Amino acid sequence: MKNIVKHRVFWPAVALVALLMLNAIARPSFLSITVQDGELYGSLISLLRNSAPLMLVALGMTIVIATRGIDLSVGAVMAVSGAVALTIIADSPTPEAPGTIATAVAVAVVVTLIAGAWNGFLVAVLGIQPIIATLVLMLAGRGIALLITNGEITTVNSAPYKFMSQGYLLGFPFAFFVSIAAIVIVVLVQRRTALGMLTEAVGINPEASRLAGVRSRGIIWGAYAASGLLAGFAGILYSSNIMAADSNAAGNLIELDAILAVVLGGTSLMGGKFSIAGTVIGVFTIQTLKSTIVFLGVPSPVTPVFMAAVVIVVVAVQSPLLRRTALRAVGSIRGSNSNTTEVAK
Amino acid sequence: MDSAVPPLVEVSGATVRFGAETALSSVDFRMFPGEVHSLMGENGAGKSTLIKALTGALPLDAGEVRLNGVPVRFRSPHDAQQAGIRTVYQEIDLLPNLSVAENIMLGREPRRFGAIDWKRVRSEATVALADLGLDIDPASQLGTHSLAVQQLVAIARALSTEVKVLVLDEPTSSLDLDEVAELFRVIRELKQRGVAILFVSHFLDQVYEICDRITVLRSGSLVGEYKIQELLRIDLVQKMLGRSPGEIATRAPAAPTEKKSQTVLSGAGLTVRPGIANATIELVEGEVLGLAGLLGSGRTELARALTAVDRLDGGTLLVTATGGSPRTPREAIFHRVVYSPENRRTDGIIDRLSVEENIGLALQAQYGVFRRIPRARMRELAASWVEALGIRPADLSRPAGQLSGGNQQKVMLARLLALAPRVLVLDEPTRGIDVGAKVDVQNLVGELADSGLSVVFISAELEEVLRVGHRVAILRDGAIVDTLPSDGLTVDSLLALVAKPDENAE
Amino acid sequence: MTDLKTAATSPLSTVLGALNTFRSRHASWIPVFAAVLILVVMFGFAQWWFGNFLSLRLISALLLDNAYLLILAVGMTFVILTGGIDLSVGSVMAFTGILCASLVSQGVPAGVAVPLMIAAGAAIGLLIGVLVHYFDVQPFIASLVGMFLARGLAFLVSLRSIKVEDEWILALQSTRFKFGDFYITPTGIIALVVVVVGVLLLQFTRFGRTIYAIGGNEQSARLMGLPVVRTKILAYVISGVCAGLAGLVLTAYQGSGYPLNGSGAELDTIAAVVIGGTLLTGGSGYVIGSMIGVFVYGTIAILINFLGAEQSWKRIIVGGLLLVFVVVQRVIVTRSSRRT
Repeated sequence: MKNIVKHRVFWPAVALVALLMLNAIARPSFLSITVQDGELYGSLISLLRNSAPLMLVALGMTIVIATRGIDLSVGAVMAVSGAVALTIIADSPTPEAPGTIATAVAVAVVVTLIAGAWNGFLVAVLGIQPIIATLVLMLAGRGIALLITNGEITTVNSAPYKFMSQGYLLGFPFAFFVSIAAIVIVVLVQRRTALGMLTEAVGINPEASRLAGVRSRGIIWGAYAASGLLAGFAGILYSSNIMAADSNAAGNLIELDAILAVVLGGTSLMGGKFSIAGTVIGVFTIQTLKSTIVFLGVPSPVTPVFMAAVVIVVVAVQSPLLRRTALRAVGSIRGSNSNTTEVAK
Repeated sequence: MDSAVPPLVEVSGATVRFGAETALSSVDFRMFPGEVHSLMGENGAGKSTLIKALTGALPLDAGEVRLNGVPVRFRSPHDAQQAGIRTVYQEIDLLPNLSVAENIMLGREPRRFGAIDWKRVRSEATVALADLGLDIDPASQLGTHSLAVQQLVAIARALSTEVKVLVLDEPTSSLDLDEVAELFRVIRELKQRGVAILFVSHFLDQVYEICDRITVLRSGSLVGEYKIQELLRIDLVQKMLGRSPGEIATRAPAAPTEKKSQTVLSGAGLTVRPGIANATIELVEGEVLGLAGLLGSGRTELARALTAVDRLDGGTLLVTATGGSPRTPREAIFHRVVYSPENRRTDGIIDRLSVEENIGLALQAQYGVFRRIPRARMRELAASWVEALGIRPADLSRPAGQLSGGNQQKVMLARLLALAPRVLVLDEPTRGIDVGAKVDVQNLVGELADSGLSVVFISAELEEVLRVGHRVAILRDGAIVDTLPSDGLTVDSLLALVAKPDENAE
Repeated sequence: MTDLKTAATSPLSTVLGALNTFRSRHASWIPVFAAVLILVVMFGFAQWWFGNFLSLRLISALLLDNAYLLILAVGMTFVILTGGIDLSVGSVMAFTGILCASLVSQGVPAGVAVPLMIAAGAAIGLLIGVLVHYFDVQPFIASLVGMFLARGLAFLVSLRSIKVEDEWILALQSTRFKFGDFYITPTGIIALVVVVVGVLLLQFTRFGRTIYAIGGNEQSARLMGLPVVRTKILAYVISGVCAGLAGLVLTAYQGSGYPLNGSGAELDTIAAVVIGGTLLTGGSGYVIGSMIGVFVYGTIAILINFLGAEQSWKRIIVGGLLLVFVVVQRVIVTRSSRRT
């Protein structure tokens, strides 16, 4: 029992379950799932579907944060990805052909992989602070995306492209399978190879890792490349959902949600030990929170106030100052208790 | 001592603990007005802890500080400064991005109508600099000056206020002879004014030139307080390094196997500025080479050069067996030359990873990302080393940062031994660990050498170097002055060699 | 500021000596000159290309169109000099702007609404400062909280834009003082006053010098007995106050408050400050440099307009300039750390 409570993912999971239960009590329809033409519908199902882009971005962010870094450019990279893919489809004579879609997606994610590698180059090779290094692409990325679409919002009609975020497979939204696939691949790559451990070592103590012969430069580089790649897929899903490449709206502020999801999942921003399971829980928590806020009748633009409140609570709980104060308080209570027992004797 | 004047500062029973480690245990220390006092001891003896406690940078866990006989309690460096205790730290704690004048005057700039009067800031700074015989542009940025000048500026800052006690921590390490002479002139002047000066330096010549009294610390405890005229240089070194004759007999010096003395690692003309210059060293299979030298003699720098941790400024490093010349720690490990760093907390252990991961880290790094060592094998490997080295507690999944110093050192050794090394360079492997663990490490080194491994062993404790090493390389001021077989040496003769005053002035 | 005593010696050595003195005294101004150079080159190019580019009207437009950004940049300079960063400025500007518009539309006099909005900006700055210092949160995350909070609060005040009809506020933009072709409005004057106050605070008060000291080395500043805590928190409060003022200026400029205003303005501000020669690691930089940085930013926007190119080029060029400056800064920092 103690081990379960001590587990890093325990408290984030409790928070998510509590949030889900609150929703279930407040609106019984929350848990109901209906079947139409063999496809599942309901609040929980939309949750699975809508969380896919954030899930992909947050997975990448987890790896980058584990190396003591941060990737602010993910939103802009999503915009680039959508712009590239939709421009290719719009320019193609056969926008419905699977081959066109495959080419569009492939080119888009290769471009974002390069974007991620560029971030990695700035951080790992030039040694620029991660916040600043990725700020460059965060600024320029949306400009590049707009340039690709000639400053317009490119729209397309393509059933297979639309399928990626809105289609169903085996009764579940296709986007959900994309999330699952990404989670499985990241977990396999991190935990079946030695990458996870080496990444943690680099994140905790770069100098000691260097002395132990760890190739930290390559690991950091790879983390940013992976983040770029995952953001690329997220951008595809986003543009497929609205069937448009909106370079300003795509992934707007998603970097912040992603960072929040990672932190909520119990991974420290100081790098080191990370938890993919925690991030998954964090993503669902944020998505549920957003849907709750909408349900409460709060206009969605006001959501950030709640997000800010959540971050303040999380940060306060993690802060050494508060912990020390709390410990002292507990200590003094215990102290006074023992005093009273002595008196009772 | 029978001084008529009462001491200006008196520290009694000073104790400072960091977690389980006791850095300073009930040390008494005093300084009289108008004297230059030196605090001596090796790395980890507790010098900087005592200085920090005296200057308010660290709280005392027990004991008290009295200034002019009145008990005082400094909660911050600021409090100590207000009380007239000024410190110039070894790592210059000034601001390179601001001007020289500001660095001297910061926090008490003269003002006119609420605004800083820059003209007066500069003129007052010029006066303070002139006191030290320093003629530099006070408006220039501090960062554009040499370390020596920065050091003098730091002293100028300390002196520009009412100062009763001046603490100088290694003030001469970056000064040349003229600058040192200038500094000594200032120190003598301050002495006339009745200031008590604490002069901490590893240059024995300088200590003997300027100081009146010496306090010696060893392993966090007080060894004694001496008048400089009454303490011979050799006795001082002996007191610093410590010596308990009973310990020496515990292990017979291993006979070096002379049969097949094949060179495994050679360094020629190794130079890493500013630590070591032109050091040449050869390491033979199955031998333990001890490195003996005082603090600042270049011991650590040589070890880091031998294992390609620091880039060489000159010279060549050759792993004879493989014919390779490693340029990074990773390449060195590939050639099976491994290094256990002096500071295991910051450079060795990955504190939040488990014992198991810490042991397997270097081996896994060599295998590469994709050839993951299977979990079961890693566990087995780690368990076998935990068993073989007696790592306590024998809990593989505990974060390594929670272990005691001695056990962390053993984890480091396990990590390196798992690589099946050819050459093992151990930098102060026994510092700060308890006696039992110390003996374990010493015996282990002997066994390893017997099985054909070559070991470079660094320790501040000379009898340990003698006991473990087959040969001893003696370092002074960044150069290897001699390499001798250890059977021909006694602790006293080695002491004499290590402490010898510099004769290479010409 | 050259040394007059050396004038007696040969002219060449005088020049060299003066150069050396200059370099040792004012090395940190060099990035500012680089920004001035970029500005001059852009002006020169535009003048050569269009023939009628440079004019006093252009200078007026450059100042007035970017007045809000200039005010934000001054506040941001304080924070970045301490080694921190403030991502909240754009949102705080939007929040205070919509707050002001909403208050005056309900009949609250401007004399009450304006101090309220500035206090709101200061309060969010204070929150960020407290999070950074007492809760040991990285400035980046702490100011993110401020950003979320302010953006949400802006929408809480109103989901749609609110027109401002208060004469006093509108007069800030509509009043024009002409000096030949050059004209300036009270919003422009506010921006320039903020710049002057910023310069005075940083160069001539102990508070300002402590800001530089913290950016140089926080640990050393503490050991020197400087009031590190107070100064650091105050830097964020100043940034918040500037964001509040920027909200006023932007509301006057647009004649309305809009909750989506200034999204991305924090990035533009950071870019302008960095292009203006302030080191992101703290301790080196000038308010005047940030002003030049804002002008460079504004000129890029105007040039792109003149050339009829895609507006998106603006972001790419600003991003590119940011990159160049960051890489150059990195090289300078590594070189100076290698020397010691």
